[in-house]
Amino acid sequence: MNQQISGGFSDAPRQSATAFRAILEAMSRPGQWQEVQGAMPPAPLSPAAGAAILTLADHNTPLHLAGALDCPEVRYWITFHTAAPITSATEASFAIGTWQDLQPLDQFAIGTPEYPDRSATLIVTLDEVPAPNATLSGPGINGSVEAFCPGARPTAFPLGLDLILATQSRIMGLPRSTKVEFL
Amino acid sequence: MTALDAYNFAYLDEETKRMIRRALLKAVAIPGYQVPFASREMPMPYGWGTGGVQVTAACLTPDDTLKVIDQGADDTTNAVSIRRFFQRTADVAVTEETEAATIIQTRHRIPETPLQEGQIMVFQVPIPEPLRFLEPRETETRRMHALADYGLMQVKLYEDIARHGEIATAYAYPVKVEGRYVMDPSPIPKFDNPKLNDSPALMLFGAGREQRIYALPPYTKVESLDFDDHPFVASKADHACDICGATESYLDEVITDDQGGRIFVCSDTAFCRSRQEDAA
Repeated sequence: MNQQISGGFSDAPRQSATAFRAILEAMSRPGQWQEVQGAMPPAPLSPAAGAAILTLADHNTPLHLAGALDCPEVRYWITFHTAAPITSATEASFAIGTWQDLQPLDQFAIGTPEYPDRSATLIVTLDEVPAPNATLSGPGINGSVEAFCPGARPTAFPLGLDLILATQSRIMGLPRSTKVEFL
Repeated sequence: MTALDAYNFAYLDEETKRMIRRALLKAVAIPGYQVPFASREMPMPYGWGTGGVQVTAACLTPDDTLKVIDQGADDTTNAVSIRRFFQRTADVAVTEETEAATIIQTRHRIPETPLQEGQIMVFQVPIPEPLRFLEPRETETRRMHALADYGLMQVKLYEDIARHGEIATAYAYPVKVEGRYVMDPSPIPKFDNPKLNDSPALMLFGAGREQRIYALPPYTKVESLDFDDHPFVASKADHACDICGATESYLDEVITDDQGGRIFVCSDTAFCRSRQEDAA
């Protein structure tokens, strides 16, 4: 029980501000990993993914837990700290899981032509920072950069899915605007 | 009890900041698209930068150094009160030097000193919709953005040329972002438009009354709309600054008496002062 209550931000306004800047920086500069700290969620949710959830999720954001993350410990922790409703993939604003567990991607909202922002953000969990497997270019990238991309996404810019890759302590953003060429 | 104890860090409550932060991330992911957000009433009137203040409040960390400018000046009422607001509610360091700032909130200018990686520009926006004066219906402008149907804007610029011999729009000059969305860069002089393109800094735009947030990530392609035979020109007053002598900065015209006397001075006060100090 204690584990479900502990592990949140101890100073939410300042810690969430610092975590948000890391997430904003990650989304603005695809290919660059950022440190995020402050959360100690129950396994298998990583501290970095936990901090992103504490910073962004609340009762207005339906949240989907995919695969092994959909366990009572993680559900209770997220519900206690954020009050985010745990929902199916189709209704989710945020979804968390491994790349395999999040498949198929076409179950997530990609927005509408009038409101492309009404799309899901996927928090893709990774054990560690993988070796680069793709060349990224587009907004936020000075020229091009070699980085890791977990796989292809449905591409219909301005519609699409935005990814936050999360290891234990670091995150990287892959907004829908990033062009990916696999090596 | 100090102001810092009386208010939450950076004034806004956490739920509001989360809502603004989610809008900011979508804005960054879709450069140039206006994300609706639930703008809050702020302790200042609409038109004084409530949108910019909310974006700044959602981005500020205790480690930031904040600069606030109003038409280039650090010492006007609007800039001073917003800077003091965040000193009191977030206890952040403040500066007037562009190089020293991590977040720069601005009304209608981009500093002359080139921006750097890691800096965030926050623009105060009165009317975020570039098509609004051409098409008053939100349902229609939204559809025009969805279809990338921007012919009306080109017609407007053409009519400028037909009437005045040149594109007469001098500020809030429309831009196209990454070849997709037409965006209002806020009422910055068109002299500043080239600074939007391929900037190393992140640019965030907040419109409080109109409840929209939009963004330009770093290194984003931003083109000012024009015609092949009437290319875009980033114009300024054809003078040097009467105080520091700069020829490459944007100038304000200042009336000095009722005999027709006038001088031109840098609109960017921090830039002008650093040049005076270098010369002294």
